[in-house]
Amino acid sequence: MNGERSDVLHVRTPEGVSFVFRVASPVIRLAALLVDWAVVLAAWSVIATFVRLLAILSEDITGLVGIMLYFALSQGYRIAAEWRWRGQTLGKRLLHLRVVDEQGRRLTFEQIVMRNLLRFVDALPMAYMVGGAVALLNRRGQRLGDLAAGTLVIWEPAEPMPDFELLRGEKYNSLRGNLPVVARLRQSVAPEAARVAWQALVRRDELEAAARVRLFADLAAYFRARTRVPDELVEGVSDEQFVRNVVDVLYVTRG
Amino acid sequence: MIVNLERFIALERPRWERLDAMLSRIAEDPWRRLPFDEARELEGLYQRASSDLARLATFAAEPEARRYLENIVARGYTEIHGAPEEARRFRVGLWLTRTLPDTWRRRARAFWFAMALMMAGAVFGGAAIALDPEAKPALIRLPNLQGDPAERVAHEERDRGRGLADRKARFSGMLITNNTQVTLFAMALGMTWGIGTLVLMLQNGVMVGAVAVDYVMAGQTKFLLGWLLPHGVVELPAILMGGQAGFVLAGALLGRGQRMGVAARLGAVKADVVTLCFGATLMLVWAGFVEAFFSQYHEPVLPYAAKMAFGASEFAALALYLAVAGREAAAKPRT
Repeated sequence: MNGERSDVLHVRTPEGVSFVFRVASPVIRLAALLVDWAVVLAAWSVIATFVRLLAILSEDITGLVGIMLYFALSQGYRIAAEWRWRGQTLGKRLLHLRVVDEQGRRLTFEQIVMRNLLRFVDALPMAYMVGGAVALLNRRGQRLGDLAAGTLVIWEPAEPMPDFELLRGEKYNSLRGNLPVVARLRQSVAPEAARVAWQALVRRDELEAAARVRLFADLAAYFRARTRVPDELVEGVSDEQFVRNVVDVLYVTRG
Repeated sequence: MIVNLERFIALERPRWERLDAMLSRIAEDPWRRLPFDEARELEGLYQRASSDLARLATFAAEPEARRYLENIVARGYTEIHGAPEEARRFRVGLWLTRTLPDTWRRRARAFWFAMALMMAGAVFGGAAIALDPEAKPALIRLPNLQGDPAERVAHEERDRGRGLADRKARFSGMLITNNTQVTLFAMALGMTWGIGTLVLMLQNGVMVGAVAVDYVMAGQTKFLLGWLLPHGVVELPAILMGGQAGFVLAGALLGRGQRMGVAARLGAVKADVVTLCFGATLMLVWAGFVEAFFSQYHEPVLPYAAKMAFGASEFAALALYLAVAGREAAAKPRT
């Protein structure tokens, strides 16, 4: 419960590869919790319908089965779901959250049980105030249950495969014919700048027209400043098409 | 930077997708053991994806590909570097005959500590009600125990167990869930450095002591033993087991005399804490049924001597189980 709050957890594997887990914020976790409460209530309303049928046999047995099943459902749903779905409940699935071991290893059953049983304290005095406060103070957003179990909740939005179709324009790329320019661009453009240009192309339709024109003008100016591009290669080419051509030669080799 | 990212991805993509599919299949069944060939293929694909990720990261290619790869490498890492020992299929028989009693014995000091606290609370509660009977409402919170014990005994013996007719099963369910919540709460309060667990053990002791002395002072010792022993000899040890789990957790948190970091200390006790919690829950299920279906019958329906004998037998069996079960197997080195 000390140190600066961090949004990511860096893991370095024995193979020497590093990757990051993005730590879920307490707010998004609260949203998942609400979904799970709704799931339990919905499931219970269905189960209770069937349990009530037992009243044909005995009202008393119906009471016992109802009490035990509700207890098992309310306490066991998260344990069962997180075990079955590798650290996810329905709420977590919906919000792209997952419980992981804090070292990045496989979750054990004990960890799942422990983090869920500790909800008895995290939920105190009401509405997860203890757990929420601890998670806010903790640099990895861990509540008491996570601290005891050695787990944390990460946010893992779906990661689609990169789409190269956006570079497959039918338009002629004037830069391709000039190998020295291509080579200079590849040498001088910083990876971060190339990434920004790529993202600008990916998200062009999300931008307002004026903002889009400004953004591509800035990017084109940046690329032109990095390397001298003969006028004949950019004559009649819009800033956006110029950026598209630059990204094309940076990322894709044709031949 | 990778100059031909498209070609690189086109070349590697089938392997990533294969790894992705294998990981998804594994995720479908937490207990699935991979055949040797599949395990080898998984490792190979994971190594390749790791190396691809390293290339992408080094050459700072665009973020989507890197995140996609990070995602599958992280999942692969989780599978490959998981603890195989802990992923073994759970065996109920082994757990009951060895794991639970062995865990209880290894952590017995925490159990005795919880018991000492409960007894201290009982002494206090008993002394308080003996010295100041007016304090009864404050010491005994249960409304059905507020009245005169002699009157209750007379009523129960007249009633012949009819008071709970047609609601014994529901009553047992309420007892089981309520006691289980208290017990798990006692464990969870271990995260307050044991202070909450300590208070809960004392509080339970105060009530038990106060009730016991109240009935003894009213001359109802035989009823008290006949009523409490059948379920109490299992219920109280179960609650103490919850306290035991809480103190084990607190011990790991405090880490007195241990060199490991707090995360490692907590990691080292979590299996034991969970085992004790499940053990306590099982005991409470038994105690709940006994309390609802057996303890509530008194003389003349059931002789008090028979009820006490039943309670004594249960206690002896429980003590024997916890002290002896699996001891021999636990002493042998694992192969």
